Amino acid sequence: MSSKAIVCRCEDVTLDDVEHTIAIGYRSVEEVKRYTGLGTGPCQGKECMVHAALLCARASGAPPETIAPFTSRPPVAAAPLRIFAAAEKDDDDQAQR
Amino acid sequence: MKELTPTVGPPKRSCAIAIVGGGVMGLSIAYQLARRGLTDVVVLERGYLAQGASGRNGGGVRMQWSTELNVRLMQESFVLCRHFALEIGVNVWFRQGGYLFLATREAEREKMERNVALQNRVGVPTRMLSPEEARAIVPELDVSRVVCACYNPKDGVLFPWPFLWGYAHQALARGVEVHLFTEVSAIERSSGGFLLHTSKGPVKAERVVNAAGAWSPQIARLVGVELPDRPHRHEILSTEPLKPFLTPMVSVLSSGLYFSQSMRGEIVTGITVEDHDDDQVKMGSRLKFLTTLARELVRVMPRLADVKILRQWAGPYDVSPDGAPILGEPPGVPGFYLACGFGGHGFMMSPVIGELYAEWLTSGRRHQVFDESRLDRFSKVRPPGGNGHEELIIG
Repeated sequence: MSSKAIVCRCEDVTLDDVEHTIAIGYRSVEEVKRYTGLGTGPCQGKECMVHAALLCARASGAPPETIAPFTSRPPVAAAPLRIFAAAEKDDDDQAQR
Repeated sequence: MKELTPTVGPPKRSCAIAIVGGGVMGLSIAYQLARRGLTDVVVLERGYLAQGASGRNGGGVRMQWSTELNVRLMQESFVLCRHFALEIGVNVWFRQGGYLFLATREAEREKMERNVALQNRVGVPTRMLSPEEARAIVPELDVSRVVCACYNPKDGVLFPWPFLWGYAHQALARGVEVHLFTEVSAIERSSGGFLLHTSKGPVKAERVVNAAGAWSPQIARLVGVELPDRPHRHEILSTEPLKPFLTPMVSVLSSGLYFSQSMRGEIVTGITVEDHDDDQVKMGSRLKFLTTLARELVRVMPRLADVKILRQWAGPYDVSPDGAPILGEPPGVPGFYLACGFGGHGFMMSPVIGELYAEWLTSGRRHQVFDESRLDRFSKVRPPGGNGHEELIIG
């Protein structure tokens, strides 16, 4: 396969970039995200994270279902600031973790 | 930059210096030690590189402070940041677009003028601006609430992540061990130093540096030292990328709002939100932050109302009672060095602190900052003529 195959379209991260990152020792999806920028663009990993996870699984020989995804960040979908600026003040004090 | 694999396997049996915490502070110290020839160093990081505050901050770097010591330290950090890409061989996307502080209360003016005078005296070209002059720099600002502003065109922003890879790879290249996913569970004091028990096996160290940031009180407790710094959750968000339009980092003093445009085009922005004091590090995201930030940002920059938020996240500030760092050896534990309590400014301080710490540990020459930042200042009346209280604890 061409090394220029794109894994993350938002941030132009190639298959070669991901495999190189894993090869030098950054083997978790969180590390691949930080070393390559994968998953930090407009889709926030909806397109690319599964591919990164499978590449991590393949490199380590671990079953894919044991590979942890990177932390999902709110909001679920990109949304304009004005929506949150208009929110009621009282309904917003819930901690997630 | 030569990219190097983090150390595989257990740590070596003994070393001259063990650094607990592989964030930017610990890695900066490790790199600076190695650069001076002290390469018998082991860095122990409990997670991955950039997992803690070093990978979660807004990348602001400024010389605008309210104490002379901090201004001078950050002048030195700037020199190091400017040379970082060449020296380390990695692009950290450092951009000197300036820092613009906005005052919205008349009472803030006097302090601002005093700080600007101090900065000018030390050689930082900050200047006072009228609201209209501030708008000339950022035309999208609504300055109707602004009473005055100050602006240093030399301040800047950088992208934090490559800093960590750069320091780590340069330290590894000189023989330093950098262990990831390696937790320190106990530290025994022994003759000639310390024995650290880690999840990858024991390592003896003549000296130990505690650079664990928000986790530093837990590490200090392992040698019986109670630190007064506490973790504080600071939240931040990033918008969709836009064409470059915003030159400086902008900060509103009264609300703690700050926003800048990264080299990736995103608006990176945070704000002070009250949180309950807690001993635990918390990194969950809250809707309260999103709404508080959106309200204030849209009020200050109405044109951003339709810009989309991509993601929000949180990082742990490591906050000391007086906002100043805690450095040096705590009473009763010689050879155990603290590098904590930076209160959200550790990233920008790390280049200069790494250099000064390495200078001290290799040559014995101890910079003034170590005398001013001792742990025992919290247990006695401060002598006159000290560092003074830093007021610009923001972005």
